[in-house]
Amino acid sequence: MSGGPRIDDWSTGAEAIVYQSCAACSATQYFRRSFCAGCGAPGPVEKRASGEGVVYATSLVVRAATPEARAHVPYNIILVDAAEGFRMMAHGDNDLKIGDRVTARYARFTGRLIPYFARTKS
Amino acid sequence: MSFITGVGLTSFGRHEGSSTLDLMSKAAELAIADAGLKRAEIDGVLCGYSTVQPHIMLATVFAEHFGIKPSYAHAVQVGGATGLAMTMLAHTIVEAGLARHVLVVSGENRLTGQSRDAAIQALAQVGHPEYEMPLGPTIPAYYGLVASRYMHEYGVSEEGLAEFAVLMRDNAADHPGAQFRDRITVNDVMNSKPVALPLKLLDCCPVSDGGAAFVVSREPTSGIGVRVRGCAQAHTHQYVTTLPQFDAMGAAMSLKRASTASGVAIGDVRYAGIYDSFTITLAMLLEELGLAERGEAAARVRSGHFSRDGEMPLNTHGGLLSYGHCGVGGAMAHLVETQLQMTGRAGNRQVRDASIALLHGDGGVLSSHVSMFLERVR
Repeated sequence: MSGGPRIDDWSTGAEAIVYQSCAACSATQYFRRSFCAGCGAPGPVEKRASGEGVVYATSLVVRAATPEARAHVPYNIILVDAAEGFRMMAHGDNDLKIGDRVTARYARFTGRLIPYFARTKS
Repeated sequence: MSFITGVGLTSFGRHEGSSTLDLMSKAAELAIADAGLKRAEIDGVLCGYSTVQPHIMLATVFAEHFGIKPSYAHAVQVGGATGLAMTMLAHTIVEAGLARHVLVVSGENRLTGQSRDAAIQALAQVGHPEYEMPLGPTIPAYYGLVASRYMHEYGVSEEGLAEFAVLMRDNAADHPGAQFRDRITVNDVMNSKPVALPLKLLDCCPVSDGGAAFVVSREPTSGIGVRVRGCAQAHTHQYVTTLPQFDAMGAAMSLKRASTASGVAIGDVRYAGIYDSFTITLAMLLEELGLAERGEAAARVRSGHFSRDGEMPLNTHGGLLSYGHCGVGGAMAHLVETQLQMTGRAGNRQVRDASIALLHGDGGVLSSHVSMFLERVR
């Protein structure tokens, strides 16, 4: 049960970052569920995120685990604090620093669509 | 009350041709003999898991193979925290009178039983299947993310983290069972191959074959007893994406609960066995647990505080970073070494005073924590 229609996001191949917002406690969550993990209320509302955020952490992967991923090394795995209040994992430019303001676009990685962040152009 | 009455540990590294059950059996045999018991006296079995030999009933597969018929047996899975979680459960089972001698055992041919890629892939599954795994993260990348943030917040440097790898290698140099025994320098760590920056190869524990076991009993079976004073857990999250703020992490929480359960304070501790999958893991846990101030753990390594003859000897067998990491048995080696230290049997690695010890395990990405206080009693 969801509080609105399910919006496709990058995990299903659509160029979008989607999060859920709880009407009862106003918590936001990124991992999709049929309830709010904060208060348990059913039907959090799905919303499309702006793609704006701030870099929380980075790790440049040089040693990948699969032959498919190895074709992409080095790739920068980052955690981004989204403007809407949730945190997400994504890829980003290799020179991103913690605290950088970033904007999402989309890239291909091992044959799949993934969110990719670069510094926000001011 | 419960006591760690016997310990068994194989060497870690390559055990070509040894299966998970072979390594479990070898460690179990050593632990039971060390406790001065016969196989038939073991009435409880707790085991971990093996990524090489996944099974829905590993404890009974092992019991059948080993030739024992326990009245209590099952497997436990909490990632890297499994060893201490099993010990906590064995303690509880023994205290409840459900069993007299619980064998806690794990082993895995993680190095030679599968390709390195398969090992890395199996472990990376602690990530979120839809929102993390498609991005190609690895376990070092999860900890690399944590490291980058921790370094940013507390001013820890890569050279500082490298100190922990050097210390663990110094310790391992004196243990014939350790996988890596050649001493290294901070420069060696800094110049080692990048894996998931800021973590480099020598910041990461190796993949190993090996086995570890111990017996948890209601009464000591020899002159010196190593008593479980109290233990506790905390589970705050699963995925690195949902990691809490550093001041609300699980290690401090589980430590506080273990202190309450045991009446032992962090200041009473004389020896520490702390989970060290990566240099950052060890640095963070030491600071979380109050064995160093935030951002100060590396300086304490440099000053000799955590050395064998220092104030707080730490993982004197070499830890996961240098003794090796064979999965669940990896962190069980910390407890084996602690028991040897507490009973004065650590040979050339013996510390002056290991009368009260703290053990801490971490599973996932600092997700699951188990803290435990042990005390030597005569």
